[in-house]
Amino acid sequence: MLRKTRNTLAVLATSAAALTAAGAASAQEQVTIEYWQYFFEARVTAMDQLIENFEAANPNINVEMTHFPYADYRTRTAVAVPSGEGPDVVQLFYGWLNDYIDAGLIQPLPTDTFSPETIEAEFFPMVQAMERDGQYFALPTAVRSLALFYNERLLEAAGVEVPTTLEELVAAAAATTERDGAGNITQVGFTSGMTAQDHHWFREVLIRQMGGEPYTDGYRNVNYDTEAGRAALDFYLGLEEQGVTQSGFMDEPQAAFRSGRAAFHIDGSFRIGALEGERGLRWGVTELPANEEGVRSNYSSYWVNAITSSAEGPEYDASVLFMEYITSPEAMEIWLETVGELPARSAVGMTEENANDPVFGPFIRGLEYAHTTIFADESAQRQVLVDMVERVQLQDMDPGESLTIAAEAEQAILDDFHGE
Amino acid sequence: MARNPSSDAPNSATATAAPAPAFSGLTITQKRTIWAWGFLAIPVLFYVVIRFYPTANAMVLSFQEWNLLGERTWAGLDNYQVLFSDPVFWQVFRNTFMYLLLGTPISLVLAFIVAYHLDQVRFMHGTIRALYFVPFMTSAVAMAWVWRWFYQDVPIGLFNNALATVGIPQIDFLDSTTNALPSILAPAIWAGLGFQIIIFMAGLRAIPRSFYEAAKIDGVSTWTVLWEITLPLLRPTIVFVVVLSSIGFLRIFDHVFNMTTQNPGGPLNATKPLVLMIYQTAFDSFDMGYAAAQTVVLFVILLVVSLIQLRLLKDR
Repeated sequence: MLRKTRNTLAVLATSAAALTAAGAASAQEQVTIEYWQYFFEARVTAMDQLIENFEAANPNINVEMTHFPYADYRTRTAVAVPSGEGPDVVQLFYGWLNDYIDAGLIQPLPTDTFSPETIEAEFFPMVQAMERDGQYFALPTAVRSLALFYNERLLEAAGVEVPTTLEELVAAAAATTERDGAGNITQVGFTSGMTAQDHHWFREVLIRQMGGEPYTDGYRNVNYDTEAGRAALDFYLGLEEQGVTQSGFMDEPQAAFRSGRAAFHIDGSFRIGALEGERGLRWGVTELPANEEGVRSNYSSYWVNAITSSAEGPEYDASVLFMEYITSPEAMEIWLETVGELPARSAVGMTEENANDPVFGPFIRGLEYAHTTIFADESAQRQVLVDMVERVQLQDMDPGESLTIAAEAEQAILDDFHGE
Repeated sequence: MARNPSSDAPNSATATAAPAPAFSGLTITQKRTIWAWGFLAIPVLFYVVIRFYPTANAMVLSFQEWNLLGERTWAGLDNYQVLFSDPVFWQVFRNTFMYLLLGTPISLVLAFIVAYHLDQVRFMHGTIRALYFVPFMTSAVAMAWVWRWFYQDVPIGLFNNALATVGIPQIDFLDSTTNALPSILAPAIWAGLGFQIIIFMAGLRAIPRSFYEAAKIDGVSTWTVLWEITLPLLRPTIVFVVVLSSIGFLRIFDHVFNMTTQNPGGPLNATKPLVLMIYQTAFDSFDMGYAAAQTVVLFVILLVVSLIQLRLLKDR
């Protein structure tokens, strides 16, 4: 009898507690916001963790994440966001942002939470491309830059040091290239291919190292049909002429490097994850080679988070809070550990530990002198440079003539985009 | 027939009762017509919504500018003007016809030769036929990637490794403006062969045996039998295969896209067909109006080519 009473009391007490909790929750009003990004396993894992932390700190907000394969992502967002069916917070490639702002599909971030002065002081300077009329429209969690990957075994076998200048790179690549009896390359010293990351290397690194500036007027005018542009192209084409590389070797540059048949390979920080899992490959990474005067340059790119115009009222407020968290130093540390992409805040990236990290270090140091190309149509602009090199290699066109054609073709793309 | 749903109960009761005497008062032919259209309504509706509406929409879009994000704006004939003055379009146009003019006759002749001989083979007939049909069932993407590997340079490509072992210099298959298109066309022809062989064999079997027996009694040569009996009687089959394979080669996409993913349609647009150009304009550059104009041009080409073939090969 006594036990029964005690049980009843216990049940009553639990129910009361449950009721009070429910009451408190409904008083705070539950809000659900939707977040979209493209599918890349490490990115999804990192975001899952960020969402879990954010929901623990904000119990009245639920964040639902949806992801699509990369190939469909741009089309899906482009279809869903204008129809209002899409997310409240969306991840976009920085190059798409102008289109989204022009179409009124994303909202500016409130200046009281995201003050332009603080952002300019704390983030790497490249994020300034996200600012318009004194307001930021989007912010990245992480950024990417380029570095030179090298195969330790092949370097040891050839007895060469890790190069720090372009000249040393060419010499080291020559020492590590191997050929069969018929003269066919069976192992390249250096991977090349404008279809991979080389078009970024050419634009933002080689041209600048040859004393030029690839674009003027805020990336509206092509400026590489110059002596510097010609010198950059001659250097690039010279790699194959000197026999230290072969474009299209083993189909794609990263495949050649991963399979251990390339000594040097330029790629982005997003490649770290894929290379870490590669059995039997002993690799290291160093900053992109400097020129003879010690001038370095780099290319960086990033994905940004933005609040869409469909977020209103409580969803908007929740989205602002969520944006604040995923661009916080804590989120950036988690992103670095999980995805391998570099923190967008210089204070987080440039810590002693990160900047000296053998793997992340070269990329993080590269961010300091990196440039971000503002593309009108990245794939079309890349194609221009791919064609430029192929005209010389497959049709024996004079490099200067091919360079002029490329500059004109790219200018036409930019003019068309900017409505000139 | 439409009734106001807010009408009161007695009214709707008469509404449900009313059609019954009206329907029974119709003649059998009229009832049949109503039933026929009742059943046809679903496919007709399906075709209108799924086929005709998007087609009409694409035609309208070809006169507009649209990047999927903003409003559609009128551009008049701008898209067509840009298209016809674009050297890449004319290159792509030539490529598309190269696929057609090389692909259709080669695949037709090969399929006929194989079918003609397979028809006379009794030993393991089913197995051999199945072997020819397997490529047709294989995913075009997987097949394109395997062939892409075959074509690679030393040290990974199958063909070039074979050449290197016998001391012949390697050939640039895909990385060449002259070799790339035929290199991509070869697996595309091979992949479609199985289907054409099956159709040809069905056509061959449909020719009455008595014709051949009569020819045999008259002592006619094998060539004469082929030219005077087999090919003329195979005409409907040939028309079918020619039209279908022409449309297939004019719409070639998956082989090209997958064998040149690094540089789609390259090198220097040497392999780019019209469908790939449409895909890139629409989903890389997000220039939907321009892509729609290209689609309309492709539609007109397909229509004209099919009409010409039907006219030329029609039974007199």
